[in-house]
Amino acid sequence: MPQGPRVLKSKDEFEGEIYESTVIVEGRDLPTSQPGDEIGKARPRIDGRKRVSGTALYTQDVQLAGMLHCAILRSPYARARVRAIDASKAEVLPGVHGVLHRFNTPEIEFRNEKELFREEVRFVGDDVAAVVADSEGQARHALSLIAVDYEVLPHVVDLEEAISDGAPKLTPDGNIFDAGSYKRGDARKAMRDAAVKVEATYRTSTQMHNALETHGAVASWDGERLTIWESTQGVFEVRNMVRNALKLEPTQVHVICDFMGGGFGAKLGTYKYSLYASLFSMRIGRPVRCILTRREENLAAGNRSATLQTLKLGGKDGRIVALEHESWSNSGQGRWAANPTGPTNTLYDIANVTSTAHRVMTNAGALSAFRAPGYVEGTFALESAIDELAVAMKVDPLTLRRRHARSATDPRTGNRYSLKRLLDCYTIGAKEIGWSSRKAEGTRGSSAHRRRGLGMSSQIWGGGGGPPAYATVHFETDGTAVVRVGVQDIGTGTRTACAQLAADEIGLTMERVVVRLGDTDAQYGPGSGGSVTLASIGPAVRIAANEAKGKLLAVAGGVLEVRADELRIERGSVVSKGARTPLKEILSKLSNSTIVGTGIRHPNPTNIAIKTFGAHFAQVEVDVRTGEVFVEKIVAVHDIGRVVNPLMAESQVYGGIVQALGFALSEERVVDRALGRVMNANLEWYKIPTVMDVPEIVVRFADVPDRKANNLGVKGLGEPPIIPTAAAVANAIANATGARVRHAPMTKARVLEALAMVEA
Amino acid sequence: MASTRGPNAVDLSLTVNGRIAAAHVPPHRSLLDLLRDSLGLTGTKKVCNEGDCGACTVLVDGRAVYSCITLAIACEGRAVETIEGITSEGKLHPVQEAFIAHDAYQCGFCTPGQIMSIVGLLRTNGRPSEDDVKRAVAGNLCRCGAYTNIVKAGVSAGRSKKARD
Repeated sequence: MPQGPRVLKSKDEFEGEIYESTVIVEGRDLPTSQPGDEIGKARPRIDGRKRVSGTALYTQDVQLAGMLHCAILRSPYARARVRAIDASKAEVLPGVHGVLHRFNTPEIEFRNEKELFREEVRFVGDDVAAVVADSEGQARHALSLIAVDYEVLPHVVDLEEAISDGAPKLTPDGNIFDAGSYKRGDARKAMRDAAVKVEATYRTSTQMHNALETHGAVASWDGERLTIWESTQGVFEVRNMVRNALKLEPTQVHVICDFMGGGFGAKLGTYKYSLYASLFSMRIGRPVRCILTRREENLAAGNRSATLQTLKLGGKDGRIVALEHESWSNSGQGRWAANPTGPTNTLYDIANVTSTAHRVMTNAGALSAFRAPGYVEGTFALESAIDELAVAMKVDPLTLRRRHARSATDPRTGNRYSLKRLLDCYTIGAKEIGWSSRKAEGTRGSSAHRRRGLGMSSQIWGGGGGPPAYATVHFETDGTAVVRVGVQDIGTGTRTACAQLAADEIGLTMERVVVRLGDTDAQYGPGSGGSVTLASIGPAVRIAANEAKGKLLAVAGGVLEVRADELRIERGSVVSKGARTPLKEILSKLSNSTIVGTGIRHPNPTNIAIKTFGAHFAQVEVDVRTGEVFVEKIVAVHDIGRVVNPLMAESQVYGGIVQALGFALSEERVVDRALGRVMNANLEWYKIPTVMDVPEIVVRFADVPDRKANNLGVKGLGEPPIIPTAAAVANAIANATGARVRHAPMTKARVLEALAMVEA
Repeated sequence: MASTRGPNAVDLSLTVNGRIAAAHVPPHRSLLDLLRDSLGLTGTKKVCNEGDCGACTVLVDGRAVYSCITLAIACEGRAVETIEGITSEGKLHPVQEAFIAHDAYQCGFCTPGQIMSIVGLLRTNGRPSEDDVKRAVAGNLCRCGAYTNIVKAGVSAGRSKKARD
């Protein structure tokens, strides 16, 4: 029996935190599916042709008639008061249509601030003014003609300098803010009683997203409605942020993102560039494009916070009995911290745990979520420290982890896991890397000055998704199923996965399915963050497809004069007692009558912890003369529930590992402390991995449907594969050389320093 | 009347994807901006605009170059090929087909540049090894980290006979 709408509370995890929300539920959820002909198959992307032929339209490629170009003037100082601005020369420059700055812009509330242009600029790259002109060149020329009177103020950009006593106070409350604490058992007492103790300090440097498509938007006001093309991870988040800032109605803002060139967390929601483009477009009545340069991207569009972390571990009778973790994160001008203690609190069944996290404000660009924010930084420290304890306890590090990985309940909430296959991940990974041949002191490498070692690390993350999320499926007269969803494809393959799910449910081949997404004219779909997209939208797509299929069969029964329950759909044809009728034949009889199925995402079960687990194993060689680390092989094993498309899933894992290797070995924002300037805000001196840096990668999945999680048994995969790699590499370096590198990236200099400590 | 000498805009004639293209450009205009802004060929991407990343790779007289640090006027009379030009009569180039088959992309933003680097390689080396492909795309950054499959796609395209024609 269909059930009418009802209101429920839903508790869902997002990036390590549990959020409760009110959701509307209608009808009944489906039981977990049995895979048909499409789910679980390696399928090429349905939008592949566009991607390889240059016809995929990205925000950067949007060219509209009469389009103007906006450029942003940014602060050259880390902290200064803007006393006066003279834009008169810029305003009269030929081609210039307008200038916005703090003395001529109305009050606009945005991202918890009262004005677009603050009196005090707070980092090098902070917004001072915006110019719109006929061409980008004219706009940039105009920026150089704006005279700003700055009163320079004392600044601090470095994390450890900002928490020291002499640092300039950036707020009346100082620079350090509470970012969460957690306690279970009595870690202090357990530490006193421990037989073996390890205490160490770890550091991670600031990593910059550097998605190849920079942040940007094209806004076009038609007198009634604002259309915004934006490179974003969340079309609805952009719509809501813009309409709140500009005080427009929901129907007055239309956001489109058909293809986007990478986000990795930094494109959840929008920034001021969208507002400048919108304000200028509404004022002038022409489309306005505002796209950041690479340098701006690296100053003002987010980053992964640098961290300082201290860990204490106590061991006794072959087990970890106490774990204490304190962290400080350089959030720049950000108002939140990506808490590194999440893995400490939840990964292992350890009885006594204490953790404290601090957010530190500095005169640097705000952090933003960066693929598994906090978990990448925290796992590097935690999993390094656990190996240090294992060495001190003379226990195999994998054996030690196994002892704490068996629990079926989430230690933080006491809720049972919907599914946990971490031990399977260990077994599969250990076999693939040859863990049984690992020597406690490493082995000789490929030459006399090279040492080889193996290391591993575990991973925990959410990715269970949840409501609200909506889908519709309707049939065109030629038998094509059209799936419409309010999510976006950020490169993970969401468009293809939705087609696969609909094809599987209905009984079509994938080429008979098209997917429309990245458009706020659809009903709501969540932002692509926290690895939630597939697990949120997928179950809704399945329900919509199921409903559309049910209606189609009823109609087919009428047309064919057969009872509907004697019919089924196979590869695009209605089958009854051996007779096959192509869908086209049936649907073309209906004229313009349309069969539509709708689907919603039902809430997750209550009191169940939905988590993803995994383990990475690394084999490295270290040149002990130069400190160079050669990662030879990574084995990645992930427990993400059912795998919908192994080809795309493997791609996700490759990508996570490659970004993690950058974090582990080469990526580091360098800021001049005296000037507060980022010295490597480009792709030449900021080193992201190239094809030459990629090791052999072996990807395996536990691939067991998580039947308690949702009607597909799927969970997220975007973030898990970036989490454990750096610690696995650090542990392999330590195994190879005996040197413990406690600062990521583990550059040659830091490896040599650690090697010198071993010799000393 | 259009001038033919700098520093003002000059007349320029070159071949783009087999067709003569005429433009009137200032001497500092990059080939990338000419392609994207003047000719509307937006398949070639702008990422760093200073020769660090390879996303803007096109072929000039058959050789892969970074179009963001190539002056448009340096291409006078030369043959430029872009991602839009390697599809013939609606049929994908074997490198394009291999990218789809091997899922050699994620967000797809570096993809046109990667493909053009490999198409350039295949002009001189019809059966590239893994190392050959790696060297050809060593100057093409992919932030999504699709490298493993990009190399597989390059090697497999070389094995397809048509790629060498």
